[in-house]
Amino acid sequence: MAREIETVCITTGPAEVGDYVTLNIGPIHPAMHGTLRVITRTDGETIISAEPEIGYLHRGVEKLGENLTYKQFLPLTDRLNYCSAICNNVAYEMAVEKALGIEVPKKAQLIRTIMMELARIADHEVLVGILGVDLGALTPFFYLIIQREEIYEIFEWHHGARLTNSMGAIGGVEADLPDRFHEKWPKMRDTIRKANDETDRLLTHNRIWMDRTIGVNAFCADDALNWGFTGPMLRACGVKRDLRKDEPYLLYDQFDFEVPTGKHGDVFDRYMIRMLEMEESIKIIDQAYAMYQEMPEDAPLMKKVPKIIKPPEGQIYHAIESPNGELGFFIKSDGTDKPYRIKIRPPCYMVYQAFGELVQGEMISDLIACLSSINVIAGELDR
Amino acid sequence: MSLKDRVTECLGTDLIELSEFRGDVCVEIPKDRVVEVMTKLKQEEGFDFLSDVFGVDNLDLYAAKAKKAKKKKKGEEEEEEPKKQGPPPPRFEVIYLLLSLSTNERLQVRVRVPEDDMDVPSVTGIWRSATWPEREAFDMYGFKFKGHPNLRRLLMWDEFEDHPLRKDYPLEGKGEERHLNYDTV
Repeated sequence: MAREIETVCITTGPAEVGDYVTLNIGPIHPAMHGTLRVITRTDGETIISAEPEIGYLHRGVEKLGENLTYKQFLPLTDRLNYCSAICNNVAYEMAVEKALGIEVPKKAQLIRTIMMELARIADHEVLVGILGVDLGALTPFFYLIIQREEIYEIFEWHHGARLTNSMGAIGGVEADLPDRFHEKWPKMRDTIRKANDETDRLLTHNRIWMDRTIGVNAFCADDALNWGFTGPMLRACGVKRDLRKDEPYLLYDQFDFEVPTGKHGDVFDRYMIRMLEMEESIKIIDQAYAMYQEMPEDAPLMKKVPKIIKPPEGQIYHAIESPNGELGFFIKSDGTDKPYRIKIRPPCYMVYQAFGELVQGEMISDLIACLSSINVIAGELDR
Repeated sequence: MSLKDRVTECLGTDLIELSEFRGDVCVEIPKDRVVEVMTKLKQEEGFDFLSDVFGVDNLDLYAAKAKKAKKKKKGEEEEEEPKKQGPPPPRFEVIYLLLSLSTNERLQVRVRVPEDDMDVPSVTGIWRSATWPEREAFDMYGFKFKGHPNLRRLLMWDEFEDHPLRKDYPLEGKGEERHLNYDTV
């Protein structure tokens, strides 16, 4: 019996639940984003209850961090949210810099801003593209993924890697913006806008798209705050909260940009927020790039830090606004060259714990839409 | 009024220790008063958002400190007075990261948990966002959160017996293997 169940992944529930069917979705399933498993009890196609199970990609990053030096831990942060690895890198670097009590040079801050916003655009493009694919709209995916590839090209010029970037170092960034960036960016800005425009025209007012997304998984703001939502998921519920505005880091307090908010917290609002945020990111990059061009060419990129980093004894928490929400690093230092305790606060972890409540009473196919719109990244969820 | 003063005033006798490092304020409160203090902080001080809950194991920290103290004693002969041999400090800590959405202030709340009494009151009744973090803290350190609706392992599998983030658990594991069991749903 067990063998049979394993092959079809469908089991009938215990006798007392009556006619409900227990359906295992994942951990290996083409529609699941990574190794996620949701155990659902369904009545026909309606979900009575859903319980996510995680841990299939648990690598013990926090345990490893306790046994690596501060510099050695940096490449591991790439493997958290691999759609926007740069944001993880910078978040970690900034947490260590806070523990050390140093401030990086302005030019390095601008380069970090530019790269992080590019990563944000790439992340949102993947999300919107995949959301379309999961709901049966394949075309926008291609428009968007081409733009993502262009962004990855810039990353490759700058620090030699596309996905697992390991950008920068504790104390600044290792390299100036590549020469080719100066020609590429004005052109790329237009192509990104064009691709977004194209996607917008294909999806936003599309009848099928509207039917599949409007009102699906609507969530109210109070519940969202209670469950610890941050980032686009919280803004879709109508709460105007963005760490770039509320707790400014780097030079974000000098840039002029809007924080788009939704109203209903449904899949459509989450999609729209991401579309609007990409435009805001382009605006931020433009302003940061203008400031960058005013800087002298020989301005320092690195703050002098000791070869072996030993923050003084103490504990700090530093959070930034990653594409998914509040990404925080808690570091407890005991004065040695290795962090005593390192805790990552992944944004999608908090959202995904409410998944059962989000999809209750919806259809199985809406579960997939919900999962895509949350942007659950297994690497960051399981650490 | 600064955050430190406000928190000191709000907590009153519940405050055991207040420390600050790089602008991050951390307060220590007694273990059995967690729910009352958190409710007070939420309602009176506006810390309405729980960012994270996690544990810390201080085993190595104390061991390193004891070693250091021993070394010092040897070097300086018997100039220092011998320290009083009190009971050892509790091994574990649970740290709550609170955030006030209106003032954007962050506060770390620390609870010390001794090894022989791992019960900690759960804050899931105040913030539902503590659901998975508390499960993870149980998984990784073995805290028993009293009042948690579903205190099962989260990242490790159910049959796993150890608590991997404890400092005495080896980095390469103890050779446990997981067998997926689709029968138990």
